[in-house]
Amino acid sequence: MKVELTVNGESRLTEVEPRKSLLDCLRDNFNLNGAHAGCEHGVCGACTVLVDGQPVRSCLMFAVQADGYAITTIEGLTPAPGELSVIQDAFCETHGMQCGYCTPAMVLTAHALLQRNAAPTREEIVESISGNICRCTGYGQIVEAIALAADRLSRANAPQGGAVR
Amino acid sequence: MKPAPFEYVRPDSLEETCALLAADDDARIIAGGQTLVPMLAMRLARPTRLVDILRLRELNGIREDGGAIVIGAATRQADAEGHSLVAARLPLLAKVLPWVGHPPTRNRGTVGGSIAHADPSAEIPLVSVTLGAEIVLRSEAGVEAMSADEFFIGPMVTAIPMGACLTEVRLPVWTAKRVGVGFHEISARRSDFAFVSAAAQVALDTAGTCTQCAIGVGGAGDRPVRFDGASAALVGTKLSNKDIEDAVNMDIGQLETMSDLHASADYRRRVAAVLACRAVGDARDSALGLSS
Repeated sequence: MKVELTVNGESRLTEVEPRKSLLDCLRDNFNLNGAHAGCEHGVCGACTVLVDGQPVRSCLMFAVQADGYAITTIEGLTPAPGELSVIQDAFCETHGMQCGYCTPAMVLTAHALLQRNAAPTREEIVESISGNICRCTGYGQIVEAIALAADRLSRANAPQGGAVR
Repeated sequence: MKPAPFEYVRPDSLEETCALLAADDDARIIAGGQTLVPMLAMRLARPTRLVDILRLRELNGIREDGGAIVIGAATRQADAEGHSLVAARLPLLAKVLPWVGHPPTRNRGTVGGSIAHADPSAEIPLVSVTLGAEIVLRSEAGVEAMSADEFFIGPMVTAIPMGACLTEVRLPVWTAKRVGVGFHEISARRSDFAFVSAAAQVALDTAGTCTQCAIGVGGAGDRPVRFDGASAALVGTKLSNKDIEDAVNMDIGQLETMSDLHASADYRRRVAAVLACRAVGDARDSALGLSS
């Protein structure tokens, strides 16, 4: 079947079998390998992408179902080639990644959270990544990274001047 | 972990959906896909054709109608979770929705899908049985409604006839001024499948006497069940902890529980009693305004 997907702001036409997951389509057809295949049945969250800004498991969605939505992968979060987003930077700084397998999904999930909630509590951060498994169990640093990114983003948006910080 | 091949169709109307289902016994409906796709990936299901109803307008949305809140089958769980009518009129559903899967699965998963899948430990079926919801189906033969009690038969087994599509669930609204709800579940990890869950909704008069009560238990046996005997015994009482315990103990003996590698049947029965008591206690306290 032919399907036209909007991925990272770009419209792309491709040919897929109906049984091909959005995950496999992103990886095989578009070479967007940042979405990782973990369990492939919706448990681990490693394949998370944003669909209209909301985190979704791309292994539980078929590519033929994904037309008409704005799909964002980790490749679409960076401001420019070779640069990192504020959230990605925070993950590096706090050692929020170990083997890196769950990282793109964690970063995308954090991105969606911070889009709707600029100052999340620790509980809200934990709840938002509750569907993402890190087998290195580095959750402490991941939570720390998201809190750091939230703090930096809110400072970046605050008016410049003596009152802040 | 790849599904077997199938054909994919996305009809434009419910009528077309019913015609597609009638034409092929091995066709299956897909909406959010959060429970069906894992079954396809593990090849526990091998439909010839998937009929995608997620974008059908007629199946999306939440409205109030004749003493009930009507939720379209393809309404996403995340949309129901944030909906003002659910928050205001269906406090029990509002209470359990954050326990359904995880935020990313609720972004795709639908209210109707959870009901049609009929996992014994799922929260939305539990609320449907507890509140005595009506489940509406449509097929080429016409529209049919049945109570949640008739609908759930066993684990992943429902009374949906061949060729029918679940179109909406009608959850009754309690009009009493003081309504409170409670919900508890036990699982290995938060949002994992519950070993046992219990939900309760109570209404109190101005003196604090119970005028209406509904208690349901999920995960313990092969489908969610309602404790009608206990509920009837509690009406007219002040819902003291002793009243609640005595009433729940009346029904707990008849609860059919199952054993698996997570929990024994005995454990499930004991925990069901404890959680049911806690759920009713919480419902009482929230109706009294003592807690949320």
